[in-house]
Amino acid sequence: MSIAEEPVTLQEPAASGRSLWQDALRRLRRNKAAMTSLVVLCVMALASIVGPAFWPHPYDRVYSEYVRVPASLEAYPKEDRIVPEMERSLKRARVAIGEISLKGDTVHATISDEEEIDPRITRYVDRSDLFSNARLAEKTADGKGAVMVADVARLRFIAGTDGNGRDLFARILMAIRISLAIGLLATFVALVIGVAYGATAGYLGGRADNVMMRVVDILYSLPFIFFVILLVVFFGRNFVLMFIAVGAIEWLDMARIVRGQTLTLKRREFVEAAEALGVSDAGIVRRHIIPNVLGPVAVYMTLLVPKVILLESFLSFLGLGVQAPLTSLGVLISEGAKNMQGASWLLIYPSIALALILFSLNFIGDGLRDALDPKDR
Amino acid sequence: MERAARNETPTGDGDIDPAGTVLSVRDLKVSFALADGTVEAVRGVDFSVASGETVAIVGESGSGKSQTVMALMGLLASNGRASGEALYRGEDLLRLSPRKLNRIRGDKITMIFQEPMSSLDPLYRIGRQIAEPMIFHRGVSARAARARVLELLKLVQIPDAERRIDAYPHELSGGQRQRVMIAMALANDPDILIADEPTTALDVTIQAEMLRLLKELQERLGMAVVFITHDLGIVRRFADRVYVMQAGKVVEEGRVDAIFAAPKDAYTKMLLAAEPEGTKPPVPASAPVVLEGRGVSVSFHIGGGLFSGDPFELKAVDRITLRVRQGQTVGIVGESGSGKSTLGRALLRLIPSRGEIAFEGRDIAGLDLRRERPLRRQMQIVFQDPYGSLSPRLTVGQIVTEGLLVHEPQLGRRERERRAAEALREVQLDPAMQSRYPHEFSGGQRQRIAIARAMILKPRLVVLDEPTSALDRSVQKEIIELLRKLQRDNDLTYLFISHDLAVVRALSDWVMVMKDGKVVEEGPTEEVFAEPAQEYTRRLMAAAFLTQREGEAPAG
Amino acid sequence: MLRYVLKRMAAAIPTLFLIVTISFFLMRVAPGGPFNLERPLEAKVMENLNRIYHLDEPLWRQYLLYLSNLLHGDLGPSFVYRDFSVGDLFAAGLPVSIQLGASAMTLALFLGTILGSIAALKQNSAIDYLVVGVATFGITIPPFVVAPVLSLIFGVSLGWLPAGGWGNGAFANKILPVITLALPQIAIVARLIRGAMIEALRSDHVRTARAYGLPTRIVVMVHALRAAILPVVSYLGPAAAALLTGSIVVETIFGIPGIGRYFVQAALSRDYTLVMGTVVVVSIFVVVFNTIVDLLYAWLDPRVRYD
Repeated sequence: MSIAEEPVTLQEPAASGRSLWQDALRRLRRNKAAMTSLVVLCVMALASIVGPAFWPHPYDRVYSEYVRVPASLEAYPKEDRIVPEMERSLKRARVAIGEISLKGDTVHATISDEEEIDPRITRYVDRSDLFSNARLAEKTADGKGAVMVADVARLRFIAGTDGNGRDLFARILMAIRISLAIGLLATFVALVIGVAYGATAGYLGGRADNVMMRVVDILYSLPFIFFVILLVVFFGRNFVLMFIAVGAIEWLDMARIVRGQTLTLKRREFVEAAEALGVSDAGIVRRHIIPNVLGPVAVYMTLLVPKVILLESFLSFLGLGVQAPLTSLGVLISEGAKNMQGASWLLIYPSIALALILFSLNFIGDGLRDALDPKDR
Repeated sequence: MERAARNETPTGDGDIDPAGTVLSVRDLKVSFALADGTVEAVRGVDFSVASGETVAIVGESGSGKSQTVMALMGLLASNGRASGEALYRGEDLLRLSPRKLNRIRGDKITMIFQEPMSSLDPLYRIGRQIAEPMIFHRGVSARAARARVLELLKLVQIPDAERRIDAYPHELSGGQRQRVMIAMALANDPDILIADEPTTALDVTIQAEMLRLLKELQERLGMAVVFITHDLGIVRRFADRVYVMQAGKVVEEGRVDAIFAAPKDAYTKMLLAAEPEGTKPPVPASAPVVLEGRGVSVSFHIGGGLFSGDPFELKAVDRITLRVRQGQTVGIVGESGSGKSTLGRALLRLIPSRGEIAFEGRDIAGLDLRRERPLRRQMQIVFQDPYGSLSPRLTVGQIVTEGLLVHEPQLGRRERERRAAEALREVQLDPAMQSRYPHEFSGGQRQRIAIARAMILKPRLVVLDEPTSALDRSVQKEIIELLRKLQRDNDLTYLFISHDLAVVRALSDWVMVMKDGKVVEEGPTEEVFAEPAQEYTRRLMAAAFLTQREGEAPAG
Repeated sequence: MLRYVLKRMAAAIPTLFLIVTISFFLMRVAPGGPFNLERPLEAKVMENLNRIYHLDEPLWRQYLLYLSNLLHGDLGPSFVYRDFSVGDLFAAGLPVSIQLGASAMTLALFLGTILGSIAALKQNSAIDYLVVGVATFGITIPPFVVAPVLSLIFGVSLGWLPAGGWGNGAFANKILPVITLALPQIAIVARLIRGAMIEALRSDHVRTARAYGLPTRIVVMVHALRAAILPVVSYLGPAAAALLTGSIVVETIFGIPGIGRYFVQAALSRDYTLVMGTVVVVSIFVVVFNTIVDLLYAWLDPRVRYD
């Protein structure tokens, strides 16, 4: 109630007015949490889209020498692993090994053999993820002794690697991409079905509305998650099917919101005034209904994306999500949960990524709602 | 019952000095902290209340009259701050601890509010709600409290009190709920009863009953009453002294008869003159008929959904016949629920109806929407709520020119803007406001925009559905003048729907009185107001013209 | 009221029938069957099994058979847990799941109401922001992250509580699963209560109560809280659904023998009767629960009519 009766905001005429959208945008800009979230989300989305192209490790490249290495900002390999690894590689090459020394980024190993050394044995060294550009130097005259020189391949795994030796950071980038894509697509499906259904019910009103909303009520009372699990189990794990299924569940709320809004708007006097002016149904929907429904729908959409991502992660967690080598945050978290003893980074980093996305979207959604409906706070 | 006995004894209750001051307020200031600065709602108000007297604080919306008493009662919104002094029997209400303040409010000082629909807790029976303050302030047992509640309900004339005591608020009408509030206010024999616009939300006839009841109770019980209102009629009838507030300040104070006889302040003068004035001469009987309705009925089907209970038919408008001539203003009066707005919409073909409707001799009842469109140009409507009738996301220019898009789609943008400017000028608004949005305007300005929207099409008939009800009296008067001027300039025909008989009398030359969907009386304005034939009309007028100077009543 | 309940139950029958029918055929048109194991069974054995479980009969006959058994309260034998009937499995699993869900719900309502009320009463204070922040956190972090993290910290690292298992319902075994399940619900309830309470505190009837000098305690507990609880009551239905979903995760991660875990395993191994049984039981539960919620709402809010 407060001071509703005070004419507080009556400025004298200026050249042009501020629309409600501009007002909302201004309020949103002042909301630090929402703006920070927007930046975070944009950075994550951008990173997931262009990042894999620049990241040194492809998301599906297996480094068999680096299975489950912890996250580290320093480059691998660790110094103490280099010499033994060289020894191991040379053993495979079946040559006698002399002294192995490490000078900066190159390893020198004296090797000898009973026969002439085949230059192709450099392959055994190159095969290891630790070395590159292996070459034979200082060959003795008989060719039975030489120095194997190889550069140490410095690799960074800032988020560690998974159980198959794949770079976790690259996989997380990929997973963000997939999760966001599923979130957006499913939300879009929900939006289309929900808005169409809700607007129809609300605009028709009366008996049609009654029946349509009763159907929504019935669908609401079903344990839908069980249906999704059934669907996914029986029709196989399919990226497209997944977001259709998820979208097909989540439209119910959207339909309710849109229908409620349409119903209230239809009763507002400005709609009646437009009818009295002779504006056609299409004109009323375009000029009066849609601009006013847009706000709540935008808010709901922003809040729906995290819900969908969560649902997808949940299905992935149960092992019903996207299939390897593709990945999603739910898949990564599920793998992390299985390996959390001893390889906690596998759980921690994907969880952080998921939490960041969900937090950002929630804050943006809340901020948008507060901005559009300032009396909410 | 000891308390019941005390009830019977009026004023002199020993400890109260009849002439003594019970409440004295000095330099009261109230401000609200908002996101973009501080708003001063009350800027230094002084007033006093003597025991047993009735003091009115009168002002228009935004004058700070409500916030003044809210501050006294410690009911300001959380962003509000009050300063100054408010002495109740030597204790400063503004500085009391919440605990001490709670000992006074609800016991010594009680309050009734404007909104009878929402002021009671919907989740509890009224008996319990009335009893609560008694139990907390007087430590009365639940049983004794119930007996006292029954007594109070009878005192405020709630019929069938034994049964109603267990009713929930939603089971009572608005008037009954306000009576319940009054009963609650009287429960502890207060020194002061503050009534914040207690009748504004009620129908006129109920308003009158409520005021009579309050007056009667005050005479019997002898408490002081502080009456907050915008209605000068109520002030004149009920108050001993009056404070006139404008923009957070008291601009004039004094005895009611003195102020009404010789107002000193310009604002008071303006308020007193804000009663709608003038009459409308009837049109010649030879004037062509613009709109004619015969046996117009509208009924709504309630219920009857797929799963809900039995449907029933509500006859909102029941076989009404009317004829509106060129240049005429037909006033349709009635209380809420009488069907007057529904009739207006039915005549414009905005809702389906039965019966015949002819516009300029052409039957339009059977037309489908497409054929109606040219008609829409001829018949326009202005709504009551200036906040709800303008699309919030369109600019004023877009709102005003919406009709042109439909009826003159060939117009270019520049031409539309020119017409909009012209229409805005016609309703006395600055044409430069075209690009602004409705939320940036005051109620009166918005109503002007709504009128401009109707006028830009140059209609012949305009239905005015309570166009002034949501506005302050002074703004009301301006809008009435504007409507008059527009009618003169454009030879317009009006169908004027209102519950406000004063406005109807000033504006229309023919009156129809509606009740329960039927016309109970009609005739030339002057005749109906001079000699109402029906009991219902008489009651309506008696209630409405409380505002008129006594002795000079209805005839005007 | 009895009439209302009966009417609701009657209205639920077509819904249940629809659910059973859709689930039944959905499952059967899908490829695979309960006996398509990695190592194929001998044709003779397969034939026997199919005959025992009536899988050799036409689909519509199986459907009718299932319906008639269902009407007699017989959910059939499990295909995968060969020695058990679905009824047996539920008799063992259902109490566990219900215990888990009910504890989580109680905890959520209790803590959520307290936190939400405190936040509303101290609106825009540090406490308010803390509650809102924690609530956002609770809603955002999914149970399948919370569960392993909690189990890692309290079960493995600190060793205070069992990292998993049911331990025949020992209290210590319940703590982590219940907290995991309740966390998002606490957050949602707190947010709902906070919003509704702020609105209630601003409402006209609370202003009346304050104007009549009622002590703050009464104003808040009697007049504001009862109004603020109404949206939470409406939320109980969705909350139950969320707990059902959550229980699948929690039971899987903590290795608790409830019906949520059975369901996933059953669906993966095409245990037709067990899946159907779960769907039926859960649907009945939802219908009954929603009816109770509606009754509760009507009891709390006299404006609601049974119709």
